[in-house]
Amino acid sequence: MLLSDYDTQGFYDEMFDPSGQARQEAKLLLDTISNLEDGQLQRFQRAAERRLVQLGITFNVYGDAGGTERIFPFDLIPRIVRAEEWERIERGLKQRIRALNQFIDDIYHDQKIIKDKVIPEEVIRSAVFYRPQCVGLNPPRGVWCHITGTDLVRHGDGQIYVLEDNLRVPSGVSYVLENRDLMKRTFPQVFEGLRVRPVDDYTSTLLETLEAMAPQGSTNKPVVVLLTPGIYNSAYFEHSFLAQKMGIPLVEGRDLVVENEVVWMLTTKGRFKVDVIYRRIDDDFLDPLEFRPDSLLGVPGLVQAFRAGKVALANAPGNGVADDKVVYAYVHDMIRYYQGEDPILPNVPTYLCWRDADRQHVLSNLDKLVVKAANEAGGYGMLIGPHATAAQREEFSAKIQAHPRNYIAQPTLALSRVPTLIGDKLEGRHVDLRPYILYGEEIRILPGGLTRVALRKNSLVVNSSQGGGSKDTWVLAGDGVLTGNGAPSTDGAVS
Amino acid sequence: MSTHPLLSRVADAVYWMARYIERAENVARYIGVNLNLQLDLPLDPAHQWQPLIDTSGDTEAFQKRYGEATQARVIEFLAYDVENPNSITSCLRSARENARSVRETISSEMWAQVNQMYLQIQSQRSMPEPERLLDAFREIRLGCHLFQGVTDSTMTHNEPWHFLRLGRKLERADKTSRILDVKYFMLLPSAKDVGTPYDDIHWAAVLKSVSGFEMYRKKYGRITPRDVVDFLVMDRDFPRAVHYCIGSANESLHAISGTAIGYYQYRSEQLMGQLRAELDYASTDAVIAGGLHEYLDALQRKMNLIDITMREEFIARATELRQSQRQSQS
Repeated sequence: MLLSDYDTQGFYDEMFDPSGQARQEAKLLLDTISNLEDGQLQRFQRAAERRLVQLGITFNVYGDAGGTERIFPFDLIPRIVRAEEWERIERGLKQRIRALNQFIDDIYHDQKIIKDKVIPEEVIRSAVFYRPQCVGLNPPRGVWCHITGTDLVRHGDGQIYVLEDNLRVPSGVSYVLENRDLMKRTFPQVFEGLRVRPVDDYTSTLLETLEAMAPQGSTNKPVVVLLTPGIYNSAYFEHSFLAQKMGIPLVEGRDLVVENEVVWMLTTKGRFKVDVIYRRIDDDFLDPLEFRPDSLLGVPGLVQAFRAGKVALANAPGNGVADDKVVYAYVHDMIRYYQGEDPILPNVPTYLCWRDADRQHVLSNLDKLVVKAANEAGGYGMLIGPHATAAQREEFSAKIQAHPRNYIAQPTLALSRVPTLIGDKLEGRHVDLRPYILYGEEIRILPGGLTRVALRKNSLVVNSSQGGGSKDTWVLAGDGVLTGNGAPSTDGAVS
Repeated sequence: MSTHPLLSRVADAVYWMARYIERAENVARYIGVNLNLQLDLPLDPAHQWQPLIDTSGDTEAFQKRYGEATQARVIEFLAYDVENPNSITSCLRSARENARSVRETISSEMWAQVNQMYLQIQSQRSMPEPERLLDAFREIRLGCHLFQGVTDSTMTHNEPWHFLRLGRKLERADKTSRILDVKYFMLLPSAKDVGTPYDDIHWAAVLKSVSGFEMYRKKYGRITPRDVVDFLVMDRDFPRAVHYCIGSANESLHAISGTAIGYYQYRSEQLMGQLRAELDYASTDAVIAGGLHEYLDALQRKMNLIDITMREEFIARATELRQSQRQSQS
């Protein structure tokens, strides 16, 4: 009944092949769902939502007058990823993060990649998030991006593309862990039959990654804290969740002071030295002495303490330069330049409006393309040509011509879909996927990640601030693999 | 005590979270007892409901906005009025805000319980139907008891837990002394009623207001004002008696500071120790002879001073440190 007139409508569907047959990996789940009593899935769905409210698993919506907390809508039908497909994604992401990390380090040191004319100097000079304060910084082990949340999408051609890299303060991982918890309660029998790779060890791996960054000379058990802007931040739930699961203090800017380049937290017994800060505050607000002087969220002197090697920051400041969507267009060149390898995961073809030829093409094809501001996130500052009105296209045309450097355009992707419970039926809805990549002593990737789903019919915008929801992501274990965060898959004695 | 450092901001938040929950529970209990009492002994509102407002210490705010103390107005003010910072709704909202800011310190179960209580009273917002009234306040009380049980059984009894317990005990001692003060003052002048069933019912209501009726009976049998004072102030074993509360608040304060009981390094420890010693050796008859109201008034002032001093020594000091730091850098 739920699936009786399910229609893929010509889109790539993650559960059904083009002929409408269930894909092999989805069969057990679909059978289970089909055998549920009438209304049972809807009851599960409501129970899950109730639980999210009771546990206060909410996000804050900015600019929303009525009630600032909302649950992030959750859909019970997961996205399933086959083992061999995941293996390729994982290799591709590792390659990409290595190159991006080398790029950031290079940009704030010798800028070899500019001298060798792989990336035009002008692109970097004009990047809004390039931070001259970071020139010459040497983060521990040369790692800048410890925690990355890369956005992937699958197009109608079946290929997985990288949409953006999110090297600053990516959020959403707490929903991955909570979603899994809900799913295990709801479909225990499917988990037993499918061998879904666990995600629960993420916070242990994150803690290891953070501890591994501790500056030389800190005590044998480094003091790690999570720095939050406070309870009114949209991701506050996640901040407290991660701090709780790692067993580390959740601090606000007002809990920290810097003296002689050492960071201290203010406790009931006086000051206590801090070694590593997982900061969930943007660069701009991190330190009023270096960045925005009006910031009350940050800690004066923090960046100097970091520069002096007395405290480690994850992620390092300055990464935003690589999140610039114009810089994004050069990631494949970076991979070839720094690694001498062919890129594994494709980029979405990108037109750079500051190039005359590209701009002309974009302006005359606005009804087909997606235009994005180079430095905005959260689904803001974006035009989806085919869905836009003539007036909206005109507005963007003017913006592009006034500030060509600020805009890029890409073909409108036909994002793949996953069946999603809408009312009493399952209908296809577009999804993306954000895996989480941890870069400590080695690079480790959480199997799966956050599948975001555009709940509005035909919508391609998956952001939580714009009507998006989430789904659990099931990465299936290959032969003999039942381990978590990208641990070696060869010693699979676990059965 | 663990060496894990506790942020002053977090200590402050758990302390207030506990105080607000305890306050909400007390208000819910007073209202419930009064609703019951009214069924036995209908009095004019000035005697029936006004004392509840007096106990809360918000007499002036109430009079300004509501006028005469009728049942409906008093319940609205004490339970649902969001502009009254001490209403049950406001207390649960503040408790939840504090809990939210220290979610990583308290257990998930504690957070879920505070959140649940808050969502419930949010969805209620205004006065329930008369036949639901008693149940509504009973549920709030049970919710608070559940929170305390969950707290004691799911959270490690470490430094933040001791701040939490300190807040709970100081709030409880304060509330017990207030209700005794208000009721004693009201009940004694009606000397003609002494020994009548009315008098008995009133004093029983005072005991029920602090869930102490049954325990009192076991210890003293017949109800006399002298024994009620002895029980609610001086008892060492009844968990809502002032003496008991100060005893455990003292233990928690020493657990926080690391000082042995009977010694002090901090001024707050000295003040708490003095109060405890006083209660250890006080005589109920002498207290009543010297004027119970004056005694309770002094007791409340001492507890206030302990609260202020403790927060200066463990919480505000950090803030000053930060401010001097900011000034020297700008």
